[in-house]
Amino acid sequence: MPVWDIIGPVMIGPSSSHTAGAVRIGRIVRLCWGGDVRNANIYMRGSFATTGEGHGTDRALLAGLLGYAPDDPEVRNGRELALKSGMNFNFYEEDLECAHPNSVRIEIRDDGGRRMDATAASLGGGAVSLQELDGFEVGVSCLLPVIIIMNRDVHGVVGAVTTYLSSHGINIATMKLHRNSRGGLATMVLELDINESAVRPEEVKKVHDAIVRVISIPGVAL
Amino acid sequence: MRSLLDLTKLADELDMYLHEAVLATDSEATGVSSDEIFDLISSRLKDMRRSAEEASSSNNPCRLVPKTGPLMRAYSEKGGMCGGFILRASAIALEVATYNASMGRIVAAPTAGSCGILPGMLFAWEEFYGKDVADKERKLTEALIVAGAVGEIIANRATLAGAEGGCQAECGAAAAMGSAALAYLQGGSCEAVSNAVALTLKSVLGLVCDPVGGLVESPCIKRNGLLVSVGALAADMAMAGITSLIPADEVIDAMGQIGRSIPPSLRETSRGGLAVTPTAKKLVKGLGTKKR
Repeated sequence: MPVWDIIGPVMIGPSSSHTAGAVRIGRIVRLCWGGDVRNANIYMRGSFATTGEGHGTDRALLAGLLGYAPDDPEVRNGRELALKSGMNFNFYEEDLECAHPNSVRIEIRDDGGRRMDATAASLGGGAVSLQELDGFEVGVSCLLPVIIIMNRDVHGVVGAVTTYLSSHGINIATMKLHRNSRGGLATMVLELDINESAVRPEEVKKVHDAIVRVISIPGVAL
Repeated sequence: MRSLLDLTKLADELDMYLHEAVLATDSEATGVSSDEIFDLISSRLKDMRRSAEEASSSNNPCRLVPKTGPLMRAYSEKGGMCGGFILRASAIALEVATYNASMGRIVAAPTAGSCGILPGMLFAWEEFYGKDVADKERKLTEALIVAGAVGEIIANRATLAGAEGGCQAECGAAAAMGSAALAYLQGGSCEAVSNAVALTLKSVLGLVCDPVGGLVESPCIKRNGLLVSVGALAADMAMAGITSLIPADEVIDAMGQIGRSIPPSLRETSRGGLAVTPTAKKLVKGLGTKKR
């Protein structure tokens, strides 16, 4: 951790994990969704559920879902702003044995039936981890730009994607592969060493027929 | 950066000021240039100053703890035993920590719960001893870099998280960082800075994290307002030539080891200590119905 992470982040109090981290989680989930959030069910786990209200975790998550940054004073008015924006939201408590002690699951849907389910944990000092997306393990801090590719499990997809990135001069920092079953749905999670604007999700989607969905998340600084 | 001793040696070898050795080390580790890091910390100092200014005029209430900053500020104008500098540092620290608890914008340094200590020490120094200092803003930025390096070393050798190491790792670390900054501002050598860190940390070893109701209020706010004095006195002790028998790096290791042996009930879980006193329980019961 370099000195600027020790003297920082600049944030709305009172807690780097329960407030600043919660705003970052909301922002990251919004970026995964790719637009305004109209309906959100928010399931608080562990100490997010038990001490979250006193730390403004609810407001922080909503402010993040609206796109605010952890140092924006409007974080305090997260609930009011969400209501004003027309967002429908509900908070629940979720008690899971295996859940991270500071974590949350957010379920988003639009009126047309599209849904997304994201789980994220706050790790302290404002750092977070996007743990799961639509049931698939992701495990990224989102400090670097990330692309998540969901595809049918057929041969050649990884090759097509890495060839595309290579031809655009993009270095892969980390890469994880998962699949739910042989020939079923697979995911590829890549952290990249570049400015995310260099990656066009719609172009990545075209590199192989088996790719169902591409999510691009820009790096979200602490 | 893992060692105050190594940092001191590097500064000696390269004939650099301490803050320059920090910038060189962090620059090499991250690929970010020294100038960029300096500018980043300079902007953090501005954010910190703004948070102290906003905090001194804020009327946002906390959930549990009544206002303390204005009382201390008024008292510090009149005098008091500890002297103007300490009293003012305490007033600023109380104000900023309160501002944090009421969802104000602060600089976590090193954490949100301990965010009052560095502004208290730095801005009280500026007011009392920085008046005639040439290029004061630059000097304060350098001091903040030195403080940041101490935090970085504590993070690498021990921890800065109350959940892992108790309050010694949060308010204790902040006081040690502030102590280093003050020793540096007062013209102390690298050795004096290290001794200030060691002396401060030695007097907060074992401090537990037992916040009432899980809120960053009691005892956090007043600890911010009190520990500034330990850090300031340790800096003066070091400037007087007093050395710590145990060197700073080893004190930090001891802090880490003590932190790991603090039971979980006293590491930010609010299941022990002050958090489970009869009064705390009564206050927490009242919170359930009282929404802000």
